[in-house]
Amino acid sequence: MLTLSNISKTFNPGTVNSKTALCDLSFHADKGDFVTIIGANGAGKSTLFNAISGSFMTDSGRILLDGKDITLMPEFKRARQIGRLFQDPMRGSAPGMSIEENLSLAAGHGGWLSSISKKDKENFRERLALLQMGLEDRMKQPVGLLSGGQRQALTLMMATFNPPKLLLLDEHTAALDPGTAEKVLILTKQIVEENGLTCLMITHNMQSALDLGNRTIMMNNGSIVYDVSGDERKNLTVSDLLLKFKESVGKELDNDRMLLS
Amino acid sequence: MDLNSILALGENALQLGLISSLTVLALFLSYSMLNVCDLSTDGCFTLGATVGAVVAIAGHPLLSIPVAMAAGVLSGFITAFLQTKMGINSLLAGIIVNTGLYSVNIAVMGNSSLLNMNRTKTVFTMLKEALADTPFSQEYVLIIALIAVILVVIFLSLFLRTKLGLAIRATGDNPDMVRSSSINPVFTTIVGLCISNSFTALSGCLLAQSQKSVNIDIGTGMVTIALASLLIGGIFIKKGKIPLRAVGVVFGSIIFRVIYTIALRFDMPAYMLKLVSSIIVIIAISAPYLKSKIPALKRRFALKFGKEAA
Repeated sequence: MLTLSNISKTFNPGTVNSKTALCDLSFHADKGDFVTIIGANGAGKSTLFNAISGSFMTDSGRILLDGKDITLMPEFKRARQIGRLFQDPMRGSAPGMSIEENLSLAAGHGGWLSSISKKDKENFRERLALLQMGLEDRMKQPVGLLSGGQRQALTLMMATFNPPKLLLLDEHTAALDPGTAEKVLILTKQIVEENGLTCLMITHNMQSALDLGNRTIMMNNGSIVYDVSGDERKNLTVSDLLLKFKESVGKELDNDRMLLS
Repeated sequence: MDLNSILALGENALQLGLISSLTVLALFLSYSMLNVCDLSTDGCFTLGATVGAVVAIAGHPLLSIPVAMAAGVLSGFITAFLQTKMGINSLLAGIIVNTGLYSVNIAVMGNSSLLNMNRTKTVFTMLKEALADTPFSQEYVLIIALIAVILVVIFLSLFLRTKLGLAIRATGDNPDMVRSSSINPVFTTIVGLCISNSFTALSGCLLAQSQKSVNIDIGTGMVTIALASLLIGGIFIKKGKIPLRAVGVVFGSIIFRVIYTIALRFDMPAYMLKLVSSIIVIIAISAPYLKSKIPALKRRFALKFGKEAA
């Protein structure tokens, strides 16, 4: 489904601030794979997502999605096939527009001059009811009135309204309180499983990195340093992961958030 | 002052308010929806006026309106192109286009800074003739202005409900979201500015033809006057549906002209118009900010004078 071959990205090349964020990275995910991605800050996890979704062009290498070369495709065109969620719940929806209007943009069917039909509204209502947050009765309200958790759940719904070929989750529960985060994670799992989505999820929570999905990769300095799936992964514990990190990186994991959570 | 002259003044304010409300509606789209402060408004207003006048003088009064609007679309396209494809800051893009349009406008008027339309057949004189024997014979300016405003309000109300309209609103509301979505912000910005500038040009075209002359300064300060009207309209109708808000800004424009007319009656010199509109814009934009500072100032004040334990 997704193939990255030898992609590299260096920011500010040729200056003192030169930083190699992705270093000759290759990766392949099959259709239906749910890959969790861990790594210290600055390891290149988000940069990897930016490269896949087209926020910038990579310096070298190729990106293939579903057999199609998307290396040079602009971001908004890739967005039709790639859904993406960020850590900041405010980032995925327009606060001044109603829930209904936001969903209509995400649904995206109909021509440029079509407006929201009765059928669309019923469809939105049914989908919103699945979130079990009572949003189906607030469709005319501006999204700005929703809580962070509600907004992130709505964003998840918008990103997967038309099942994308690839779903990128960039620590999408990190800014939520534990209860809400749990709820959004369960919802994520449900939506990914129901639609058989191929999904990459960055997380700082080692436990959910192991609990969710069928494969885990660890990044460091713009490369994948550890890739585990199948039976080996099933028997893995959080302390094993931390040990692996020390082995491959050569130092202790210095991120309290990752250790404590 | 007798009732008749008050009525005449009121009607004058109403006419001017309605005609300039087309520019206010343009800013409603570009400033309130797309969140772009389009500083090419002055030049584009004048462009609409000069192009419309030249076409009318050439003997095509009806054609003058679509041609003026097309000129506005072109001007809006250039402003949008500069800020989306050439990496020029959006305020700067507006200023650059505005400056360039000064030369363009003089060129359009045939190397002159003034055109007279006293004997020209315009949409206004055409309606005046058509209404010659009816009780509305003197209301021709008002009728045309009202029709134009109603059409633009209806257009905006319908347009902003379409998928394209929603995409334009989202571009202004949350650029981050749009950047990582399947909406192309370059496209929505270009479409939004083309449409808004066509209204600005229409506004200029109608003003010039209603006052039967156009000079190079006709649009000077228009962006501030329109912003003042937009913000006055926003005081009355802040939230609510788009059609209601659009009607609100039209009222804002009329109210602005009425206040201005009253001020003139109290011997305010006419040249004060632009200063007054500047001050209104300053107050309207800074008031919410200053208001949010009041609690902190109060505490600081109380602390300084020992009324609150430190």
